[in-house]
Amino acid sequence: MPKPLPDALLMALLTGLLTLPIIGVQIRVEGINVLLEGDAGPVLLAMAAVFLARLFQVPLQAASGLIRLGQVLPTAERMASYRPALLTLLVMVAVVWPFTASRGAVDIATLALIYVMLGLGLNIVVGYAGLLDLGYVAFYAVGAYGYALLSLHFGLSFWECLPLCVLLAAATGCLLGFPVLRLRGDYLAIVTLGFGEIIRLLLNNLDELTGGPDGIGNIPKPTLFGLEFARRPSTEGGVTFHQFFGLEYSGGDTVIFLYLVALVMTLFILYVINRLIHMPVGRAWEALREDEIACRSLGLNPTVIKLSAFSLGASTAGFAGAFFAARQGFINPESFTFIESAIVLSIVVLGGMGSQIGVILAAVALTALPEAARQFAEYRMLIFGLVLMLMMIWRPQGLLPATRPRLELPQ
Amino acid sequence: MSETFGLEFTQQVINGLTLGSIYALIAIGYTMVYGIIGMINFAHGEIYMISAYIGLITITALTTQLGVETIPLVLLLTLAVSILITSAYGWTVERVAYRPLRGSPRLIPLISAIGMSIFLQNYVQLGQGARDLSMPPLITGGWRFGAEGGFQVYLSYMQVLIAVVTVIFMTALTLFISRSRLGRACRACSQDLAMTNLLGIDTNRLISLTFVLGAALAAVAGVLISLYIGKINPFIGFEAGIKAFTAAVLGGIGSIPGAMLGGVVLGLAESFSSAYLRTEYKDVVAFSLLVLVLLFRPTGLLGKPEIEKV
Repeated sequence: MPKPLPDALLMALLTGLLTLPIIGVQIRVEGINVLLEGDAGPVLLAMAAVFLARLFQVPLQAASGLIRLGQVLPTAERMASYRPALLTLLVMVAVVWPFTASRGAVDIATLALIYVMLGLGLNIVVGYAGLLDLGYVAFYAVGAYGYALLSLHFGLSFWECLPLCVLLAAATGCLLGFPVLRLRGDYLAIVTLGFGEIIRLLLNNLDELTGGPDGIGNIPKPTLFGLEFARRPSTEGGVTFHQFFGLEYSGGDTVIFLYLVALVMTLFILYVINRLIHMPVGRAWEALREDEIACRSLGLNPTVIKLSAFSLGASTAGFAGAFFAARQGFINPESFTFIESAIVLSIVVLGGMGSQIGVILAAVALTALPEAARQFAEYRMLIFGLVLMLMMIWRPQGLLPATRPRLELPQ
Repeated sequence: MSETFGLEFTQQVINGLTLGSIYALIAIGYTMVYGIIGMINFAHGEIYMISAYIGLITITALTTQLGVETIPLVLLLTLAVSILITSAYGWTVERVAYRPLRGSPRLIPLISAIGMSIFLQNYVQLGQGARDLSMPPLITGGWRFGAEGGFQVYLSYMQVLIAVVTVIFMTALTLFISRSRLGRACRACSQDLAMTNLLGIDTNRLISLTFVLGAALAAVAGVLISLYIGKINPFIGFEAGIKAFTAAVLGGIGSIPGAMLGGVVLGLAESFSSAYLRTEYKDVVAFSLLVLVLLFRPTGLLGKPEIEKV
């Protein structure tokens, strides 16, 4: 342990060196002149903070030891007993939510549900099968553009497109997965990252098909058994929701309806995945994650198993993507950047890999927190990055880690 | 006809080599870190971006504030300042985001690295603003070859400078790794980290050294690119980072000559595809190249095959 005072001084000096050129000096361009403006305030503040933190490192650590995050949050074993109760509570809150909360809050909840779907899908790939996918957003884009193009060119409705988008995304997943899944973990991560970028670049440049950077607009919203949510029907002789039920037109209905569609879709995904992980294929995913060589020697075909996980994850993203396009009514390649993949991956890791409740809570938290911190809008992503780092240091297993199926030998 | 083609070809080779040198400089940072601790240092692209900002600020301070006129002096001082501060960034990033996670499963440091990358990008954005900053070119002019009126090959002084500086730093690094005591320790670490530790070598210090070296080379790349392109923003790090990582994987990750080769191959591929296909497709070509290499030669061009042990 170095002496506190010199160590703290050194660290403060280092902080000064690091922050001076970035936040201490600003470049101003005026016409052809480039000027420098200095502001020592933030640099001194950062230096002081680091100095104090290093000087009182020992007492600070002792204090933080008293409120261990690990003791506040439940362990994997204790979680198992809470799970059914927690799930019921979550679903109940989710159903009651649109009728009690404001319109803005319902809209944010819909967004959160999209992230829940994405998180659950990626959880199959990363959490269960242990395949690191950094280009997950590509399949999300395939679903969204799939719906937008199908409805634009063939006039298909949302409900007709949904299964098609799922198939399309699954096919894309197979197409990509088949050649790359024999690669080792890190390489897989990079190939998927490259693939995600290729899809985004193609969307940006195939102007005739995708509209390029301008994207596609006027995407129809889902209907309720053919009833539109609009003031007036868009087609001759059509009936809208409020006309059919003889209600006053209210824009809020659309928001609530979209939320409920997202909720039903999420519950459907949750049900399907829960059945799958208790089936042989789900067990095989987890076995493969734990030990590929052991799996091989037990006669499991790793390529087929990986491919099934990969394409199922992809199809979930396609499912969510189609809904995203319908909700926004407008899509462009900006919505499908790498940062989106990173956010979904951090939802899975923060929630606890393989833990569905964890993933759901993390998705809700990561969508709701930035909204709650609107007044710090410009610091939002800064804090997001910081939270990712701190979580990995303090609680790498995630908020609510999954329980692994296991058997103990009797004593 | 064929003469014009030959000249155009030469021009693309020149452009490709310039771009490739930059990629190679950044790629070394990825490959060294991966070779030793087996993690993808996702924040490396941001380190490069920060170095470009430091370079720009130092040049502005030197030329407008302090009135230094001699271009070689400005260049040397800028390189020195940028390398110093960027290396400090490299050291700090490892210390803050990766060292506490040593020995945890592979995904954990990767997420932390993504967090660090997002943090640094937004930190610079808050400090310097999100818009493009451009600077007047410091070094202008060049040589022209070819007949008057026809297609001329243009080789700018800046391109020559980039090539020369890159070769100097690459040679220095190669000598350091192959000849010096610390370099030998680095190679030992990349072969077997635990064993090196048992032999009484402070591996934590060596890992820090790797990050510092990688950041220093990224700083060189950052200063050179901000002089060459003359336009920077807080988002250049992400794209350059992915490209450089592609270069590292292309050459065989973990191998330093591989990263150099991969950078040059990638630079050439990009400049040819933007000349003979559409400019917008150069990134698609770069990533497709990566996918193809990984499919047919997963260990990269110069990488050694890795045997998975039970």
